[in-house]
Amino acid sequence: MKKVKGFWVFLILSIVLYGTVQLLINAGILNQFYSNTLIFIGINIILAVSLHLVIGITGQFSIGHAGFLAVGAYISAIFTMKLQLPFPIAILAGGIIAALAGLIVGIPSLRLKGDYLAIATLGFAEIIRIVFLNIDYVGGAAGMQVSHLTNWTYTFICLFITIVVIMNFTNSRHGRACISVRENEIAADAMGINTVYYKVIAFALGSFFAGIAGGLYAHNFYIIQPTNFGFLKSFDILIYVVLGGLGSLSGAVISAILLTLVSTFLQDYPETRMIIYSLVLVIVMLYRPQGLMGTREITDIFGKWKSVKSVKGGN
Amino acid sequence: MGSVPLLQVRNTGIQFGGLKAVSNVNMEINQGELIGLIGPNGAGKTTCFNLLTGVYVPTEGSIELDGQKLNGLAPYQVTRKGISRTFQNIRLFNELSVLDNVKVAYHSLAKHSIISSILRLPSHFSGEKEMEEKSIEFLKIFNLDKYKNEAAKNLPYGQQRRLEIARALAAGPRLLLLDEPAAGMNPQETHELMELIAFVRKKFDLTILLIEHDMNLVMGICERIYVLDHGQLIAQGTPEDIRNHPKVIEAYLGEEVTSAHA
Repeated sequence: MKKVKGFWVFLILSIVLYGTVQLLINAGILNQFYSNTLIFIGINIILAVSLHLVIGITGQFSIGHAGFLAVGAYISAIFTMKLQLPFPIAILAGGIIAALAGLIVGIPSLRLKGDYLAIATLGFAEIIRIVFLNIDYVGGAAGMQVSHLTNWTYTFICLFITIVVIMNFTNSRHGRACISVRENEIAADAMGINTVYYKVIAFALGSFFAGIAGGLYAHNFYIIQPTNFGFLKSFDILIYVVLGGLGSLSGAVISAILLTLVSTFLQDYPETRMIIYSLVLVIVMLYRPQGLMGTREITDIFGKWKSVKSVKGGN
Repeated sequence: MGSVPLLQVRNTGIQFGGLKAVSNVNMEINQGELIGLIGPNGAGKTTCFNLLTGVYVPTEGSIELDGQKLNGLAPYQVTRKGISRTFQNIRLFNELSVLDNVKVAYHSLAKHSIISSILRLPSHFSGEKEMEEKSIEFLKIFNLDKYKNEAAKNLPYGQQRRLEIARALAAGPRLLLLDEPAAGMNPQETHELMELIAFVRKKFDLTILLIEHDMNLVMGICERIYVLDHGQLIAQGTPEDIRNHPKVIEAYLGEEVTSAHA
């Protein structure tokens, strides 16, 4: 029952957040730059949370997430630009095709472990990128023109669904099965968990939301090019997850917000941008090697704070 | 005794490259028995467990549980058929809570689907509630319910061993394999463990096969004992038979005994 109540609090907070931002945009208080930054933050959170499911929860070190972002971006762009279908359908299609790509990549490569899996996923992401690079239908290296359709409402709805789905998945027997794979694969297997199945499911679900993010990403710019989806993009997403703390959803969200803001505001200083960005990463990793949140969630801290308060109140 | 033994192992073995780790093992375990598997270090006891649980696929012979062939099944499938185990070097899910460790083992007995969990349908809530209640029951048997929200890695060593057994039981086995359950325990803890094993065996109508170095424990509770040396079964019988079996004495004490006899 407590968890159900938590969900309603979460829902109300989300609606308030959405409404406030939408009002500010409508009233013209948030200009194009700020609303764009917010959309960008939203997309990055979706990416971070979807990779969190693969790396943080299931413990499969995949560094090819940009590949699925690319699939979602291109597929949704084809749906809107070439097939003239509505944007929501395009986003969903991007997600579904990305999930299929995740299945195709995941089924063979998730039999690998650790470094080998990392290399395999990186390789697959590059393959996906190069495939798009060589298809003239989507513009090849020159890229594909896309109309600007992404707005705060679409972004927020996708973000909300992503977080709720991944949270609900994690807090169920299926999520626990994934965590048990992360914690000790041999023991998980011996306890009757079909480890390959759960690794593939987590991977496909993560790819699905990366594809959703891809749809938003593509329609947030006027052009998409294969170079946008190189391995550096994969590392960007990986950094959100690692910096936030492996295994912490709220950590992934917080670090995605933080790093997007840092890199956006550093755009005014192009010469020093990457130096400062890298310094932030180095400093956080030096002082909090477990990531900003460790494996805890923001609700844990809130719960602890509440229990401390009630103990003090008792005295 | 039933006509079909619960576990029937026929001429089973495994070869790693040119090395025969275990070969020609025959075992017959009846419903409700408590059997010991002993042998010197490196005799192949844990390899035997790995063969029984599907971690290794036997290169020869067959393994049958209740008449059903287990050869070639993955470990999770073997567990679902009714064999569950503990590990020699503890393998808990360290970051998960004590309660969640048991819940994971109960996983394959629950039914609610991924979709129902994501959409939070009623079947999710009823399924999770049932898992929680059952898991707490197991923790209570092992006196671990007071630690239920503690991360498994924070438990003291002896409690971790007990949690592993609780977790193995939650998977709903008919045959429970215990790999050195008393390793590293003091005599007092070992004694408690013996009583606990006898208790759960009765309560869950279990058949148990255990590997153990502590001879007091093995001789004290096992009805029959198999002795393994250099990958071969060298003896089997009641604790009394085993204690006086010349081959067993040779395996444990070395060749000198026989040469002294000769």
